[in-house]
Amino acid sequence: MSTPVYLGMPTAPRGVGHLRGEPFPAAARRALADSQLRRNLGRATATIRAKRAAVVAELPDWEELRAAGSAIKAGTMAHLDRYLEQLEEQVTARGGVVHWARDAVEANRIVVDLVRATGATEAVKVKSIVTDEIGLNEALAAAGIRARETDLAELIVQLGRDRPSHILVPAIHRNRAEIRDIFLREMSDAPPGLTDSPAALTEAARLHLRRAFLSARVGISGANFAIAETGTLCVVESEGNGRMCLTLPDTLITVMGIEKILPTWADLGVFLQLLPRSSTGERMNPYTSMWTGVTPGDGPQQFHLVLLDNGRTAALADPAGRSALHCIRCSACLNVCPVYERTGGHAYGSVYPGPIGAILSPMLTGVEDNASLPYASSLCGACYEACPVKIDIPSILVHLRARHVEETHRPTPEAVTMAAASWVLARPGRLRAGQRAGRLGRLLSRDGRIRRLPPPLAGWTAARDAPAPPAQTFRQWWRSRAGGTR
Amino acid sequence: MRIALFVTCLADTLFPQAGVATVQLLERLGHQVDFPQAQTCCGQMHVNTGYQAAALPLISRYVEVFEGYDVIVVPSGSCTGSIRHQHAMVARRAGDEALARRAEAVAARSYELSQLLVDVLEVEDVGAYYPHRVTYHPTCHSLRLLGVGDRPLRLLRQVAGLELVELPDAEVCCGFGGTFAVKNADTSTAMLADKMRNVLATRAEVCTAGDSSCLMHIGGGLSRLRAGTRTVHLAEILASTP
Repeated sequence: MSTPVYLGMPTAPRGVGHLRGEPFPAAARRALADSQLRRNLGRATATIRAKRAAVVAELPDWEELRAAGSAIKAGTMAHLDRYLEQLEEQVTARGGVVHWARDAVEANRIVVDLVRATGATEAVKVKSIVTDEIGLNEALAAAGIRARETDLAELIVQLGRDRPSHILVPAIHRNRAEIRDIFLREMSDAPPGLTDSPAALTEAARLHLRRAFLSARVGISGANFAIAETGTLCVVESEGNGRMCLTLPDTLITVMGIEKILPTWADLGVFLQLLPRSSTGERMNPYTSMWTGVTPGDGPQQFHLVLLDNGRTAALADPAGRSALHCIRCSACLNVCPVYERTGGHAYGSVYPGPIGAILSPMLTGVEDNASLPYASSLCGACYEACPVKIDIPSILVHLRARHVEETHRPTPEAVTMAAASWVLARPGRLRAGQRAGRLGRLLSRDGRIRRLPPPLAGWTAARDAPAPPAQTFRQWWRSRAGGTR
Repeated sequence: MRIALFVTCLADTLFPQAGVATVQLLERLGHQVDFPQAQTCCGQMHVNTGYQAAALPLISRYVEVFEGYDVIVVPSGSCTGSIRHQHAMVARRAGDEALARRAEAVAARSYELSQLLVDVLEVEDVGAYYPHRVTYHPTCHSLRLLGVGDRPLRLLRQVAGLELVELPDAEVCCGFGGTFAVKNADTSTAMLADKMRNVLATRAEVCTAGDSSCLMHIGGGLSRLRAGTRTVHLAEILASTP
């Protein structure tokens, strides 16, 4: 085996943030038993899938756009160091302050210190996965600062003391009756006669949030894109809450993963076509906010950009997996994934669920800390087909499984079984002997089927019959056949 | 035409009828079938479970056994997918560029059955007769890795007596995924439940596909439920005659 070059790179630290959970099979088992969750997810993903398919089919050059998106990302990653320094230079020249955070701990400390320096005890937040990745809200709370989520779904999650379960629709696992209950229970200013109609729920949240926007002195956001050539940040959203957070407070703090950078505005043009169609199934998202440093007398007068690594350099150092960093967080892969649709996002134990999470989370934390995730896929390939930047998720899953096996140095029962199977399959004579031995399986069978197999195959026969070995293998038939062509 | 059969370890051991049918079909169409007996397994299970080093000798054997043939037929979409998309990759990862190049050359001549029939032999009506109500599950690797498209359906539409019923949500995975079905048995079962629901909704007597592994999964579930619908490999349908 060639020596992997990614060993030794710092990964996202343990004990902070939300990139690790319990093993997938156990968490999935619980989720699968929740029939309400199954129904909520089934309906929601089917709706978004249909919308996406319709708007993607409208574009005759969709495949060319995907290829362009993929090429721009690959080119950017190859010179990430250069573009990041260019971004820092541009942001600084336009009155912003750039901070470099090696990991979640450093990023949290930087943001907490920045908020403290303003004297504020509250901050309004734009929907941002990266700040959830590092556990920023918890870090702020520990410092006596209240972080208020302003995206409707994030608000539902925050009020319900819940966790997001989808990249785009964090409360996808909730239906509107559940949301009404959360509002009535947790939102002091919720109207007492609140119904579960979407308009009533949205209006209640709107009035609740309006007060927060008007009094906020600090806004905190992530970023969808950052343009190196001018130092411009970009957030796309649907609700307008982001625009409020990005313009009303005096201080704006943006936390951004270093992989979100694009070299030029021309590159952004490609992604503004790819992202809304892939994520919400819209031709264009309702709000696209862009800002460049500080504009005197208009918008935030203090702008801080925190550039976060938290395992991204380690991911970049793995040539076979690095394209996971091309992800633009559209969530198309979640919506088409048959595993995600049945288990939901919590089963993945990370802020990045679904197929992209199954590769991204282990790459950020190191495979050993998320060892079950690369196996949480049937490798059906629906994700690869839907990905707007053509990340070959199935191949990366297979690669991460290999990394897991290679990095596990103690012998496991599975490794022994696999080695034995390889030995048997390495020579036809051994395979024939194995087939003869396997024919003993006929003793377990009745009417050509086996109803119970011992571990590790017991999981199979829990819900499926297994075929009994036939009286004659193919190779026996071939040998016994008279008048065969060979 | 002289065609080498890679029967796959699964069909050889558990579903010989799929291999027998492939031989009978191709011979009926006037071709000569070779079964090189040194063949074993494509190594897909090892690669997909993370054991690439253990897969390497199997890949190397496939290449050695089949590189002397111009045309190789494989009655399995996922094994063909592994041959075409994984063999060279695994060899390269192990630093064996020479094997990778040989693997690429053999892979280019390895065809899934419906690809062989429609693209190489240029036949859609194979003269089969199969008087049953049938639904077709496309299988993920045939569909997405190989892009076989509607080739199996075009073959099935020409089968005399066969009533073809469309499978709802046909393109959704059945939940097999090799060792996924064991490692994530619960999730796999949930996916299988939906696949079976759709198969049963067609009221078909037979569910067919170009892959014994997916059929083993769907068929295992249907058999456990005593659902009264059976799974049959595409080759068996195409080999049937009056």
